[in-house]
Amino acid sequence: MEDIEHIPKELKLIDSDGVRLDGRKFDELRPVRIEAGVLGRADGSAYIEWGGNKVLAAVYGPREAHPRHLQDPARALVQCRYNMAPFSVSDRKRPGPDRRSVEISKIISEAFSAVVFKEQFPRTSVDIFIEVLQAEAGTRCAGLTAAAVALADAGVPMRDLVASCASGKIGGVVCLDLNKDEDNFGEADCPMAIVPRTGEIVLLQMDGHLTYDEFQKAMGLSIGATQRLYEMQRDALRRRYSVTLDEILRESPPEPPMATSETSAELDADFDADLGREGSR
Amino acid sequence: MEGRGSARPIVIPGEAVGGRGVRPGPGTYSEGGQVYAAHLGVLSEGEGTVSVVPLRGQYLPEPGDAVIGVIEDMGASHWLVDINAPYPAPLHATESPWRVEFGDTARYLNVGDAIMCHVLSVDEIKRIQLTMQDREARRLEGGQLLDIEPMKVPRVIGKEGSMLALIRDMTGCRIYVGQNGRIWLDGEDRDTALAVRAIKIVDERAQAVGLTETVREFLERHGASGRPRPA
Repeated sequence: MEDIEHIPKELKLIDSDGVRLDGRKFDELRPVRIEAGVLGRADGSAYIEWGGNKVLAAVYGPREAHPRHLQDPARALVQCRYNMAPFSVSDRKRPGPDRRSVEISKIISEAFSAVVFKEQFPRTSVDIFIEVLQAEAGTRCAGLTAAAVALADAGVPMRDLVASCASGKIGGVVCLDLNKDEDNFGEADCPMAIVPRTGEIVLLQMDGHLTYDEFQKAMGLSIGATQRLYEMQRDALRRRYSVTLDEILRESPPEPPMATSETSAELDADFDADLGREGSR
Repeated sequence: MEGRGSARPIVIPGEAVGGRGVRPGPGTYSEGGQVYAAHLGVLSEGEGTVSVVPLRGQYLPEPGDAVIGVIEDMGASHWLVDINAPYPAPLHATESPWRVEFGDTARYLNVGDAIMCHVLSVDEIKRIQLTMQDREARRLEGGQLLDIEPMKVPRVIGKEGSMLALIRDMTGCRIYVGQNGRIWLDGEDRDTALAVRAIKIVDERAQAVGLTETVREFLERHGASGRPRPA
């Protein structure tokens, strides 16, 4: 709370020309970069950088649901864990789940429940892990956007990707994608997630107050932004698979042990070394 | 076999892949007369049907699948087999090729043993039963197991088994490919290493066209012995 007292009372989050503290206009997103397939062990993964946010998402499954009593004989579970690294914020965050992260995990898993074809995998669970490495307001939207890419990367059948972006009110103006200062000192923040193809809303929250008209405007801004994010998500997935193909075609296959007249001992050593290489990749 | 390395179009979940008059095939769904991709994959069209061949995903057992499993646990009259699916897969003693006395399962198969078996049945809540009542089915001794992406098994086998036959003939290895993405290979050390490499090429380049030629070139370049398979 100390840092708030040092903020001059006349601080303007948005000036008379409609320019915000970081130079954006009311309808501009922070720079976003998405990459798919960044983790080797997960079935699907993605990494997103969204302004100062850095978030990793990993997806496992569909796999056997544990504990057993959670299994649903008719459909798959979609489980999510949103977690912030202790070093993700300026003051050390006490590690482990807290009220906030439990809530965010719940709403994100519900958002994905709406798009995953759960009936195809009874008794299983699709596990989504969202790890926030660096936070700067809007991590749930960033995490959800990355997790959608990770789900598609894992080959999980779903109706569509999900894209998410927040809007809010700062200095009396409805703006898109609030950054940290705008989130802390603004009047309202309203994250939402949308199924871009149908326009369905699968996540909607609000912190602060918006009038009906302001809310309509915020929703319009967020819907517009999710369409842009959707393109970035699709681009990340396409890039992932074209990159692997190009890379593979550029690289010649690794050399296996060439042996025609070697002794068997040499051959064995060669073979072991070969297996070692295999393991380290 | 020209155009080697060119890729087929990749579609993303929710992408429109067909309009009216097109039947939705596997990997797609229809909504309001439009057909959309249900998962990430390669588009394939034919005979008024459009489908999406998945690039990645979990193995989902179907009755009749030949799979390679590893024994996980034993009961008095059954074994529990890991077949790389999201469901437990029991093999009942009466479905084994032996006459197993009650409580004597460990004499035939033990934890860690690899077996070649078939999926007998899968019901609507995906309860699986396995069977070894088949000439092909047996306990796998020696050799090595290789795991690949289950969705790429059809490419490893090739059209009418052409890819698998090529790798078998050129390396002289004995190879079994399970539908669950598990492959068992046995042969001379060098030959097996070559066969593993060849299969990995297929796994990695599954989208490329002219794969059989690439693999043939690879095996020829590295002097696959081409020995006939031991009987």
